[in-house]
Amino acid sequence: MGLITELLKGLRVTGGTMLRTITGKEVVTTEYPKEMRQKPQRFHGRHVLNRYPDGMEKCIGCELCAGACPANCIHVRGMDNDPVEPVSPGERFGFVYEINLLRCIFCGLCVEACPTEAITMTHLFEMSTTNRQDAIYTKDTLLMDEQGNVPHMYPDDPLADQKELDTAGGWVRATAPSGVAAYQGVQMWHGTPGPADWGAEPTQDVRDAKSTVEPGDG
Amino acid sequence: MSWPEFGIIVIRVLLTFVLLMLVTVINVWAERKIVADMQSRIGPTRAGPWGILQTVADGLKLFFKESVVPRKVELGMYLLAPFLAVIPAFLIFMMVPWGRPFTVGGYEVALQGADLNIGLLFILAMSSLAVYAVVLAGWSSGSKYPLIGGVRATAQAISYEAAMGLAMVAVVVYTATQGDGGTLSLAEIVQRQAGTWVGFIPRWNVFPQIAAFVIFMIAIVAETNRAPFDLVEAEQELVGGFHTEYSGMRFAMFFLAEYVNIFSMSAIAATIFLGGWNGPTFESFLPGFISGLLPTVWFLLKTYLIVFMFFWLRATLPRLRYDQLMTLGWKRLIPAALAWLVVSTVAIGIRQFGTPWS
Repeated sequence: MGLITELLKGLRVTGGTMLRTITGKEVVTTEYPKEMRQKPQRFHGRHVLNRYPDGMEKCIGCELCAGACPANCIHVRGMDNDPVEPVSPGERFGFVYEINLLRCIFCGLCVEACPTEAITMTHLFEMSTTNRQDAIYTKDTLLMDEQGNVPHMYPDDPLADQKELDTAGGWVRATAPSGVAAYQGVQMWHGTPGPADWGAEPTQDVRDAKSTVEPGDG
Repeated sequence: MSWPEFGIIVIRVLLTFVLLMLVTVINVWAERKIVADMQSRIGPTRAGPWGILQTVADGLKLFFKESVVPRKVELGMYLLAPFLAVIPAFLIFMMVPWGRPFTVGGYEVALQGADLNIGLLFILAMSSLAVYAVVLAGWSSGSKYPLIGGVRATAQAISYEAAMGLAMVAVVVYTATQGDGGTLSLAEIVQRQAGTWVGFIPRWNVFPQIAAFVIFMIAIVAETNRAPFDLVEAEQELVGGFHTEYSGMRFAMFFLAEYVNIFSMSAIAATIFLGGWNGPTFESFLPGFISGLLPTVWFLLKTYLIVFMFFWLRATLPRLRYDQLMTLGWKRLIPAALAWLVVSTVAIGIRQFGTPWS
């Protein structure tokens, strides 16, 4: 008799689960390519190189990220900015920027090391390639365009954290040659802690807002 | 035999065959869906609506795959075994009436592959033959896990076939009292289950023969080598058991045979215990062709009820240990079946001939 009650108990468990699954109460499966799950806010996905809202590149070519990288997968070479048509607000800019994503362990130490918040991690995770060369991301793939997008698998969808990418951070922007003239040479921190959502400076002209300088031209 | 009669026989067999292939395609998909639901998953969704073409896709894949023949096999037996598995599986279902016979142009058409007067015996014989496929496949593979699977199959099949046969005998004895003499023909057994007791209880054999039904259900799960009695395959211990060394279409034939067997055995249980295609047909207010099709619908409903039990059990119960399997078979089921046979026969005899002292 004990055997039969145990059997019925087991059948009740599976039967109940079936009813709950059919009615949609207990389905744990996400049909991945069709529906994407919301990833955690601090998800360590692939890297992007950010721009300021005025179109300037944030990277100043300091190579601190390359130094911090425990997997030695970042290769950066800086170059002096053209004073007339600068690529970045600093003295130098990242002329070569390559990440070997086959080596990368997605620890995020490069993000912590970056003094200008130029390199950050996104929620993008679909990075499969069919050969090793494609896994080395260069500046073409890493650098965001002026809308804050990088080339990725779903070009129609903007990056999940575009707002975060758009925010400017602190003194670099204030001291930028294309920024407010009064602040030139003055080091200053933004008054409010955390990221701020700033629009473009009203005094900027078109040339400054859209930096058309190719890395090679500098 | 005239040509139209011959044509009718060919059509009957073809229809039965097509029905069997169709339900097998559905069954494999249904099992994956149902077991997935019972495990909070969603199962196949890609091929066709709700993934219903998944079996077709799997079959095509297996069809195009290479059938590897390992070096140490006994080639003749190795090649023969898959056919030995499929042929009895199909022959068993040929005995099952899956719809009400109808008349076309003066010719009687029974929706049944063949109506043998020894139907039940034939079923028992064929299900015994099916074991040879497993044993030969296991032995001829020349590999130790399939051999263990094959050896297990022999013992398991022998012990549970006895219980299955004894449960059937109880039904046959009971059926003999329901009409004119005893019969082993499935069509006749179905017809004797028509009608109702006291107006609403259908005259199905399951009510007077409930213990035989339970024993039969347990025995057919073991007979078709399904969980929790799937020691013959036992993926975790035997890497797939008797079909470890089979690939491509040869493996697909074992797979097909397993699912055909599930459906056939469920159909037989539905036929001899749940009244087969008997059921209300509402002839007074439904058009003729619908009430002609309804018996088939009743038959499929009853069969699928039992097929669902197969899937439910598979999702619920862990595999038995081998000694537990043997204990259940020889120390529980066979004595229970024998005892039930004695009790039911004595009860029938008393009803038929009165008490011995009267």
